[in-house]
Amino acid sequence: MSLTYHLQVVNLLAALLLLISFAMLSQRRIVGLVTLFAWQGAALSLSTAIVAWSTDQHHLYYSAALTLALKVIAMPWFFYRLVKKLDVDRDVEPMINIPTTMLIGIALVIFSFNLALPISELSGTVMRSTLGIAMACVLLAFLMMITRRNAIPQVIGFLAMENGLFFAATSATYGMPLVVELGVALDVLIGVFVLGIFFFQIRETFDSLDLKHMEKLKER
Amino acid sequence: MEIYWLLGIPLLGGIVLAFWGNSRSAPEVNALFSFLTLLAAAWLTARIVADGPMLTGGEGWFFIDSFNVFLVALTAFVAFTTSLFSRPYMRIEEEHGRLNAKRLRLYHSSYQIFIGAMLLALTTNNMGILWVSMEAATLATVLLVSLYRTPAALEAAWKYFILCGVGIALALFGTILLYFAAEKILGSGGTALLWTHLNGVKAELEPTVLQLAFVFLLVGYGTKVGLAPLHSWLPDAHAEGPTPVSAVLSGLLLNVALYAVMRSKVLVDGALGNEVDNSMAGNLMMGFGLFSVVLAAFLIKRQTDVKRMFAYSSIEHMGLITFAFGMGGPVANFAGLLHMTMHSLTKSAIFFAVGHATQSAGTQMMDGIRGLIKTNPTIGWGLMLGTVAILGVPPFGVFASEFLIITTAMHEHPWATPFLLIALGVAFASIFGKVQPMVFGETPLAKLPYQPALTPVFIHLGLVLMLGLFIPPYLAMWYRQAAALLGG
Repeated sequence: MSLTYHLQVVNLLAALLLLISFAMLSQRRIVGLVTLFAWQGAALSLSTAIVAWSTDQHHLYYSAALTLALKVIAMPWFFYRLVKKLDVDRDVEPMINIPTTMLIGIALVIFSFNLALPISELSGTVMRSTLGIAMACVLLAFLMMITRRNAIPQVIGFLAMENGLFFAATSATYGMPLVVELGVALDVLIGVFVLGIFFFQIRETFDSLDLKHMEKLKER
Repeated sequence: MEIYWLLGIPLLGGIVLAFWGNSRSAPEVNALFSFLTLLAAAWLTARIVADGPMLTGGEGWFFIDSFNVFLVALTAFVAFTTSLFSRPYMRIEEEHGRLNAKRLRLYHSSYQIFIGAMLLALTTNNMGILWVSMEAATLATVLLVSLYRTPAALEAAWKYFILCGVGIALALFGTILLYFAAEKILGSGGTALLWTHLNGVKAELEPTVLQLAFVFLLVGYGTKVGLAPLHSWLPDAHAEGPTPVSAVLSGLLLNVALYAVMRSKVLVDGALGNEVDNSMAGNLMMGFGLFSVVLAAFLIKRQTDVKRMFAYSSIEHMGLITFAFGMGGPVANFAGLLHMTMHSLTKSAIFFAVGHATQSAGTQMMDGIRGLIKTNPTIGWGLMLGTVAILGVPPFGVFASEFLIITTAMHEHPWATPFLLIALGVAFASIFGKVQPMVFGETPLAKLPYQPALTPVFIHLGLVLMLGLFIPPYLAMWYRQAAALLGG
């Protein structure tokens, strides 16, 4: 089967998703990170919509719309406001320097393609080859969470991980059942809301969102 | 029908208390809603005992069998007694100025939502909704852990959110893989994630995919169970949150997370049924469980904060239960279920007693709590008896379940017994050695100015004692039925 036109677009978007994940790893500024997160959401939403259109899976349209509304519009807007209100837009120095992080990232991509190989062979969807990319996005977001010591980048990493998972669901199975997807979206929304409150609490107590103040609870 | 009451009452309670959670009578309203939930749970339990497993709601959205109805009853019961305990406790905290009206409202509302989310997780038939409600339970408690707004409480809540968030994201990936395997057999759509449907075709599910899915589900939900090495959020969240929250986290949430793991284990065991090595899930659980038991036992020795110490004890006991379920078979499963009950009842009773003890001492440091028996005899006795019970001294029920687990281990996996025995011994010595001077010994402490709510402590301990001496035949049969559902 040669690649159809829209499948090529989906593959392109998948590549873009991976590229954005790497860009996030290298981004020092919080506002830049939020913008990249919005772009990642846009790529995800568009690719879901194209898959929905080319395979006639109607429930994927809802999923795409949900991603668009939450991850491209609502959450970035919320984060922009938060950054402005808390006045925290400055460089966040990652714990490992950026070139090293990138090298680790490349290793993770290779690892995830290996891990995804047996699953994508079993999959019957048109876009099974992108499962490796989805896993790589999840792991790269995870890496970002580990290497940043600021609260907002950690949460964006968490949400980027969720993006990767949604992409994995779309590429392996044309998305989860609709109730589940709605439930997950609701949880993410409440989660971000709770975190918004939480940021203010942290900020009020420590006068910064730097997590180095929060390393007191340890086994001695 | 009962199921809608069971889930509707806490939800309604959460909404009502979100508006009036700071009124004078809010603690009573909270207890009332918890009591109604308990009634609904009792009703549901009676139905299941009479009619057997029940599949209800739409295309079978809820599924209740002996295994989860037992946890539903336990959850509703401990939630009710905890709400009784929190009545005077939270009032005192408010008088001490650690809480204001707004936070009290948040506390009461989140408490009900948290209970509701756990009950939904237990009763739902959909593995996806199970995930959603586990996440909802986490979110409901994040702000409860940070309720005091101290730096340590915020740090604990942040750790709790991020670690459990990442854990649960892994569980979502596991659920996606599960759906991926199921979709091939059951077709796509909402019903492919229903546990009863999956259970019906489990032998046909692709073993490799299910194995991978189980690893993700175990690591994901295991983070919430507090299995080492994923446990580091647990002691912090238990120590820094308000004591009623520690009691329900330790006594209930950990069980619910383990329930999710067990439901997945049944599926993967079925899928691997024809393979040569079909105990992969059980072996993984045994490994994680044993490691948790040993690690927690040695960390208990180093604790200075009383709530932190008992949090580590929870890790130890959850490890023991996971180990028992990992061994599988009717006896080990029976022992695991019994231990789940015993641990929930005993540990929440201990947290109630500890809550009052820390209030009277004004500190959670064990050095600062001395001679409770002189100033507040009931608290002292509650704490001592609870400690003796959790350490597995006969005739308390914990002894019975631990004895069963260890004898089964000797029989089936002799290599594990020395580890278990050493860990239990170390835990015994350190906990007993630390609690003894808290209860006896000389004291500079004053008497509590109010009547502590200790009835729940003695009810719980009374039940544990009773179950240690005598398990009523119908209850024993019920446990056996539930154990059979969990398979080998």
